[in-house]
Amino acid sequence: MTDDDLDQIDRNRRHFLAIATAVTGLVGAGVAIYPFLASLKPSARAQALGAPVEVSIGSLEPGEMVRVLWRGKLVFVLRRTEEMLKHLGDNLDMLKDPNSEVVEQQPEYAANATRSVKPEYLVVEGSCTHLGCAPIEDFEVRPADHWTGGFFCPCHGSKFDLAGRVYNGVPAPTNLRIPPHRFVRDDLVLIGQDAGAA
Amino acid sequence: MSRIESEVGKPKGGLMKWIDDRFPFTETMKYHVTEYYASKNFNFWYVFGVLAFVVLIIQLLSGIFLTMNYKPSSAEAFASVEYIMRDVEWGWLIRYMHSTGASFFFIVVYLHMFRAMLYGSYKKPRELLWIIGMMIFFVLFAEAFSGYLLPWGQMSYWGAQVIISLFGAIPVVGDGIVEFIRGDYSISDITLNRFFALHVIALPLALIGLVFVHIVALHEVGSSNPDGIEIKKKKGSDGIPLDGVAFHPYHTSKDLVAIIIFLMLFCAVIFFAPEMGGYFLEYANFEPANLMATPEHIAPVWYFTPFYSILRAVPDKLWGAMLMGGSVLLPMFLPWLDRSRVRSIRYRGWIYKSALTCFAISFIALGWLGTQPAEAVYVLAARFFGIIYFAFFLLMPYYTAIDKTKPVPDRVVYHG
Repeated sequence: MTDDDLDQIDRNRRHFLAIATAVTGLVGAGVAIYPFLASLKPSARAQALGAPVEVSIGSLEPGEMVRVLWRGKLVFVLRRTEEMLKHLGDNLDMLKDPNSEVVEQQPEYAANATRSVKPEYLVVEGSCTHLGCAPIEDFEVRPADHWTGGFFCPCHGSKFDLAGRVYNGVPAPTNLRIPPHRFVRDDLVLIGQDAGAA
Repeated sequence: MSRIESEVGKPKGGLMKWIDDRFPFTETMKYHVTEYYASKNFNFWYVFGVLAFVVLIIQLLSGIFLTMNYKPSSAEAFASVEYIMRDVEWGWLIRYMHSTGASFFFIVVYLHMFRAMLYGSYKKPRELLWIIGMMIFFVLFAEAFSGYLLPWGQMSYWGAQVIISLFGAIPVVGDGIVEFIRGDYSISDITLNRFFALHVIALPLALIGLVFVHIVALHEVGSSNPDGIEIKKKKGSDGIPLDGVAFHPYHTSKDLVAIIIFLMLFCAVIFFAPEMGGYFLEYANFEPANLMATPEHIAPVWYFTPFYSILRAVPDKLWGAMLMGGSVLLPMFLPWLDRSRVRSIRYRGWIYKSALTCFAISFIALGWLGTQPAEAVYVLAARFFGIIYFAFFLLMPYYTAIDKTKPVPDRVVYHG
């Protein structure tokens, strides 16, 4: 190539073509990456396995709790006693969100004083809102410690009351989550489905 | 000093020439092995790079043989590990090599990193070398974490639950990211399967690639030394650094001694204490994963505990996760935080010496605290040592700038 040839190169054109090629290539790579990323989302089977579960509560005595799995997540179903329900209002000033104002933590129909559809039955996810450990039940009332019964997380010490509401001064940021649920019959609760979706 | 004439320097013909005309074999061997000159006064601290390489090989080999019998499914994983331990001939040895290798990898890498802090190995022109090293450290963390889920024991499951949940602390997109990592609504068979893929393919590939780049960068800038002197500045008439000796045979023969001692210790642990009192293999992990109940006392494996302590010391989810991330990332900035004129601790003043001592103590203390239950007194102690940990890095630009340094000699010395 002579100097004369070099002078005839249109550098603007070359620059434009180089940029255009690079941008087209990047868009192509961006499109190609999508199927790989999308393959990492919960698959159709995982979604199907996330179907609602039925829990029979006919034989549940007051003060008794059962543990079930819904979508691989632990769910507690607790039949609260009169005594337990009476104490729910005792420690309101020690709770972070006593009135269930964080909307993601429960369906609208459970954003009430007992965080439940029927006051007697607490249906709550057994997954600490800090880092997901399963809280341990501690239903003993200890007035000296202002403890009216509730749940205690063994991992990092978060504490929740018998409506799954978190206490102040613990690492968990919000109340335990209430899953969508409805009562099919008086003795049968369906976890994972609302009345609206039925 | 007399020097042995390099064998590969002789005129050659035959097969070697045939290869060299097609692939730069002799040239590469000279550049990286027989004519790579490193300081002649390397001490004990300089063996951990080679040892890390040895552990990498052990992990790759034992890992390949483990995958031949392991089954990455939630229904079969736990039983397949027990099968390896009981029914596969020598399976217990291969499995203990791999589990002990993981802990030894971190022992060696932490000492290798501490060497860099003792002798200022990260300082100019070795900043990029240090950053590549930190990237190896991050990949190693991911590799260790993904590997820990595979036996599908109680600690595998709940440890993964806690660590993956950390991403949930990110505002707005956190929950979406958590679901994306798990590929399910909870940690499940799907999560186990993808962690297996990461652990045996993606992360080892990244690790090998980064180790290769780490060595290329090292051989470009040259190894540092306990005096923190550039040996390339003083060269003999032959163009070879006066204080340098060839990697092979001089450093390799010294490294061989270190490797033999290392393997003796390694074998002693494999044969006599593979669980290391619950530190290398946690007792809760001898029970299969139970989705219904978290173990009473949950703690990560020892090499994660210094950072885990920092997470636990903060009574807020987002800040805890951010400070833990910060404590892992901070060392990456050492080349720019350290304003001292000298590299080596030998010529630094009392301030840096005290600061580094406090740092080492707080790192070990945080590590121990992370294995203990989250009781008030331990949390308070973790806060105290956590503050020292952060102060060491964040105040470094000030105290290294005002610290009195001693004059650095022209040539390397042999004391201490």
